[in-house]
Amino acid sequence: MCTVCGCGQGEMRIDGQAHEHGDEHEHHHHHHHDGSHQHGHDHHDHDHDHDHDHDHHHHNPGHSHSHNRSHGQASEPGHSHSHADSTQDQHPGHHHRQPLDHEHHHYERGPAHAHAPGINQSRMIRIEQDILSKNNEFAAGNRSLFQARDIFALNLVSSPGSGKTELLTRTLTDLAGEFPMAVIEGDQETSQDADRIRATGAPAVQINTGKGCHLDAHVVGHATHSLSLDRGSLLFIENVGNLVCPAEFDLGEAHKVVILSVTEGEDKPIKYPDMFYAADVLLINKIDLLPYLKFDLERCIEYARRVNHLIEIVPVSATTGEGMEIWYQWIREHRQPLKPPLNQSLNHVS
Amino acid sequence: MNKMSLCLSSRNWQSQLKSRRSLWLQVEELRGIIMHEMSLCEGIVQVLENERSRQSFERVNKVFLEIGALAGVEIEALKFCYEVVCQDTVAKGSTLEIIEIPGKAWCMQCAKELQVEARYSACDYCGGYQLQVTGGDEMKIKELEVA
Repeated sequence: MCTVCGCGQGEMRIDGQAHEHGDEHEHHHHHHHDGSHQHGHDHHDHDHDHDHDHDHHHHNPGHSHSHNRSHGQASEPGHSHSHADSTQDQHPGHHHRQPLDHEHHHYERGPAHAHAPGINQSRMIRIEQDILSKNNEFAAGNRSLFQARDIFALNLVSSPGSGKTELLTRTLTDLAGEFPMAVIEGDQETSQDADRIRATGAPAVQINTGKGCHLDAHVVGHATHSLSLDRGSLLFIENVGNLVCPAEFDLGEAHKVVILSVTEGEDKPIKYPDMFYAADVLLINKIDLLPYLKFDLERCIEYARRVNHLIEIVPVSATTGEGMEIWYQWIREHRQPLKPPLNQSLNHVS
Repeated sequence: MNKMSLCLSSRNWQSQLKSRRSLWLQVEELRGIIMHEMSLCEGIVQVLENERSRQSFERVNKVFLEIGALAGVEIEALKFCYEVVCQDTVAKGSTLEIIEIPGKAWCMQCAKELQVEARYSACDYCGGYQLQVTGGDEMKIKELEVA
């Protein structure tokens, strides 16, 4: 599922307008480029000589590359696009400054289906499928990958401005050296958050969703591949600031962690119950500001427990560090123990 | 699914919004939520396109959805988005039939199942909140009427 289309009405990030071709294939190109720096790509060979049907997403800001031909042209019959290398995200032999310098999502359309002649009466087909089944499939794939590599993935969700990134940078700084850590940053625009994360020394990948309001499992899978995660890593996935959609989109994480700051209303848990129900941990952030606010912490906790009586609640301040140790302790307790390396377990058996 | 049609329909959506003033106001009001329904409709159409490649049919007339009361879905917004997202897909012109499923929860204190309105509802019997949702959070495509 494309996180750029579908959700928004603007489609501001698309250079190439939808172009139609007279022949049997349709080709649509999304290029999301926000070049804050430019660098040449000699691996990126656009010789426009094959026809396939794909979307091409560059979810990376700070990346720009020049094409010999513009993709912005409204219609250009026969215009198509090929890569000299594989259509996967790997460009061997080319060094990228950022891990997710280049991301391609190709959505191939299947072959035309066959029609049985004479059958045009309406009939019922029972399918019994979850609406988000496609996302759930990708999420299951991510989850098994994380489990196989002992990666503890946490999906951090909140409304915008709750202090997620601040909390995350503090966590990365305080836990540095204890575990290998990495971050997938989701924002509609800019790579500012990923830059803040990288300043702590942790590898980070920025996903810009454009008008999209959430991360989905597919794009997180791609981002995961572009981070070379060590076995036993902590992977923080900072979702787009939104308390609605991210509740429904499983990314394959071990837990959702919802962050609510005391500068918001204490009734957020019952206003956005789905998110607080989906989460296993609630971090109530910015508690250093409590003396200046009317926020009723007790009531907030009560509301959160109404929605989800099992949720763990930790009041914290990412600025002063208050309560952060309890959060770290939660991480230590919940990450799955490392599986012994294969040779050790074999020794143990013999 | 067909991404190009999605882009086109996004543009159509804008023009439709202009022509349907009352809906536009509703959409403004639901701005945070409508994006959600848009993504859900994308999911529905994706399932329909997949289904077409497995079973032969030319078009979809009706899609029967089971939507739980606790699923957090605005039915009106869903129907509106659906019409837009379906354009130029196999589901063009099809309608959504919504089967609403009531929310159900199990009270751990009373050891009883009860119907609940929302995730923050209290138990009818004891007034407590030790409830585990047991139903009514589904968003499922039940069946399709195709031709």
